[in-house]
Amino acid sequence: MMCLTGKSVFASEITFNMTRGATAISQQVYDLHMTIFYICCLIGLLVFGAMLWSIVRHRKSRGAKAAQFHESTRIELLWTAIPVLILVAMAVPATSTLLKMEDTSKADLTVLVTGSQWKWHYKYLEHPVEFYSLLATNRKQIKGEQPKGDHYLLEVDQPLVLPVGKKIRFLMTSDDVIHSWWVPAFAVKRDANPGYINESWTRIDKPGTYRGQCAELCGKDHGFMPIVVVAKSAEEFDGWIAKTAGEQAAAKAQQQDLASQTMTLPQAMEIGEKVFLDHCAACHQPAGTGLPGIFPALKGSKVTTMAENRSHHLDLVLHGKSGTAMLGFGKQLSLQEVAAVVTYERNAWGNNTGDVVQAAEVQSILKQDK
Amino acid sequence: MSDGIMDTPHGEHAHQPATGLRRWLYTTNHKDIGTLYLLFALTMFFTGGAMAMVIRAELFQPGLQLVEPLFFNQMTTVHGLIMVFGAVMPAFTGLANWLIPMMIGAPDMALPRMNNWSFWILPFAFLILLSSLFMEGGGPSSGWTFYAPLSTKYSGNSTALFVFAIHIMGISSIMGAINVIVTIFNLRAPGMDWMRMPLFVWTWLITAFLLIAVMPVLAAAVTMVLTDKYFGTSFFDAAGGGDPVMFQHIFWFFGHPEVYIMILPAFGIVSSIIPTFSRKKLFGYRSMVYATSSIALLSFMVWAHHMFTTGLPVVAELFFMYTTMLIAVPTGVKVFNWVATMWRGSLTFETPMLFAIAFITLFTIGGFSGLMLAMTPADFQYHDTYFVVAHFHYVLVTGAVFSILAAAYYWLPKWTGHRYDERLGQWHFWCSLISVNMLFFPMHFVGLAGMPRRIPDYALQFADFNMFISLGGFAFGLSQLLFVWGVVKCIRGGEQASAQVWEGAEGLEWTLPSPPPYHSFKVPPEIRSDEH
Repeated sequence: MMCLTGKSVFASEITFNMTRGATAISQQVYDLHMTIFYICCLIGLLVFGAMLWSIVRHRKSRGAKAAQFHESTRIELLWTAIPVLILVAMAVPATSTLLKMEDTSKADLTVLVTGSQWKWHYKYLEHPVEFYSLLATNRKQIKGEQPKGDHYLLEVDQPLVLPVGKKIRFLMTSDDVIHSWWVPAFAVKRDANPGYINESWTRIDKPGTYRGQCAELCGKDHGFMPIVVVAKSAEEFDGWIAKTAGEQAAAKAQQQDLASQTMTLPQAMEIGEKVFLDHCAACHQPAGTGLPGIFPALKGSKVTTMAENRSHHLDLVLHGKSGTAMLGFGKQLSLQEVAAVVTYERNAWGNNTGDVVQAAEVQSILKQDK
Repeated sequence: MSDGIMDTPHGEHAHQPATGLRRWLYTTNHKDIGTLYLLFALTMFFTGGAMAMVIRAELFQPGLQLVEPLFFNQMTTVHGLIMVFGAVMPAFTGLANWLIPMMIGAPDMALPRMNNWSFWILPFAFLILLSSLFMEGGGPSSGWTFYAPLSTKYSGNSTALFVFAIHIMGISSIMGAINVIVTIFNLRAPGMDWMRMPLFVWTWLITAFLLIAVMPVLAAAVTMVLTDKYFGTSFFDAAGGGDPVMFQHIFWFFGHPEVYIMILPAFGIVSSIIPTFSRKKLFGYRSMVYATSSIALLSFMVWAHHMFTTGLPVVAELFFMYTTMLIAVPTGVKVFNWVATMWRGSLTFETPMLFAIAFITLFTIGGFSGLMLAMTPADFQYHDTYFVVAHFHYVLVTGAVFSILAAAYYWLPKWTGHRYDERLGQWHFWCSLISVNMLFFPMHFVGLAGMPRRIPDYALQFADFNMFISLGGFAFGLSQLLFVWGVVKCIRGGEQASAQVWEGAEGLEWTLPSPPPYHSFKVPPEIRSDEH
């Protein structure tokens, strides 16, 4: 077989079967899968074998004369009872594995996983660490303008880091539509339902990088919200989480400083463009045109161009618009980023309002909320 | 042709069909309406098929080449809706219309005017649905299962058109089902007891009850979607006290019986064809009837196996796992009975028999993957991957669609009075068989290897398989043109078919001349005591 992208695919990555995964549970699920598979093969062999025998031996062209029998209570009871016994035998291991998979008690670490269109957010409940995890594959690879990387569509900017050997409980929820968090190597697939919390758990055996994807159709970019988990030894994990907690605290403190700084229009446009492409362009499109009938255009719209709508514009970006797909970005963007992206939207694509929104203005709106 | 029993009320075409367009528009004749349903289903089969070709063309290579992700989602959504509601269900209703009166010795369906109405609202339902693709923002894109809140708060305005289209399809199905039930209860020839009815009639009777039970549930689901989106209700919105998972419970309470609606008539068809070409009576007629009824009853108790990952309590997961596994028992009985019918028969392999044998084999493979999917722990890995796509296409394409093709070849000589071109039929069969397996068999592996369904682009390790699958898809699509060619040829002419048509065929429809008179049985036939 060949791969048209011109880039070789590693043979070890081509699998034809379910993964054995990296946990005791995923191994059990694999064993269950293989057991049922072999049972099905055996039944198939018998049934198709009998059929093939008939097709070859009992054909009219070989002079076969049709027999007269057309019922037999004994045989019919037999082929009702035997499948029941096989099913009972299959239900036993399935039940015991399921009970283990659903036992989320006595966890060492809890991670809140929140899906939103089209990214994942991770929050460690025992540590002051949380972040978004976005697709890292660039548009040019998707559009075929650049060669595709080895982990095409299965790479993120910031992976979820977990310790090996610990029982990790996941709490799943969603900010908008239903998503489903799936990492095949852990045999964990659980829906993230808006307004509800689901539970699941894993205990990873060996360090490594494990990749998965959203499994529930969640709109336009459903195919573009991968999951990457990096499993580290317990010590390395402790080091990582302490370091990340420190960095996040520092970033927050820095935000306070930035809130008092003033950005020039070119500065704000530069930051704003990056924020826009990362967070807004999926729906409103890189050129601000939106998708008519689904996502409104920002180019030349009343909200982004009229002076009296400036605070409404800020409010929409911070709090979203209820009853629509527009989420509030107040909790995921910094004050400076909100200011910059609103500035960008009010000046890009010929909107040219000349408005420069400062972080202080954003902060004052957020203060009014409280 | 002289007066029939049913045609006295409608004046000018009491004796023979009107001509031209008016014949088809005003017809109350079960054969004309059956033909309309079948041609409509064929048109929709190619419409939905064209969408499948768009899907497979985009998935031919990794990367986005032909369509945008949003349009891709519209294609998967509308492909599913068209194939389920526009192709498979109307095809079975068409067969019911043509065959049930002839099989039970009746002149026509019991409610001929309603019959006309239930067909003629259907094209409008699909016009509405298809026209939504040309709206600003495009057609529905939240999957044929249209899970809330993706289909409510986060959908475009095509939702309204989609909801009304589904309502019309539902009304059409319910009227069709009522007609089937009333006909079977009231118009059976004297002496045709329940246990002498042909299995196709039995399976359709049970299907009709399923339709009446669950189509209103679907209507409720789409109505709640409509009011959640436009009228401020919160059935499926947690912020207003609703629950998005409740949508799935309602949808699948309809959805699971629905999949049996699409397979029970297929069981009836295969149970007619296998005995004919084995020249031997169907093995275990009674157990076939009981198995069909058990499957229908069980179908109301298994819906949440579509929802194992939604966070059901573990007791519910166990309950739905066990009930789902139980379905394998009556389904197994059916397969064993068909094989036992062939056993020590005197087999010949005309096109209908080939499709019927392929049905048994490939439907059984779909059943095996269904059994695997029933195992909740394994389902966590299979769910929403191409393994599921492979599973339901084995059941619906090599299951339902193959049975419909088998039925078409089997009864075409009866309907048209001409034998179809056997060579062309064999070509159609072998091309379909090979390409359909190229198309759907590798999907099992891509799914197990971890490719989610409903994605327009995929990781590189799935590339080779997807290219192969797409080639199979294009070949399968093209192969179906052979069927159209064969059907057109058969309608236009061919060797004159006898009344019996097939050497081993039994049943009342084979006692009528080919083609049968416009009103099937003007005098109720006598049922021989050994007949069923």
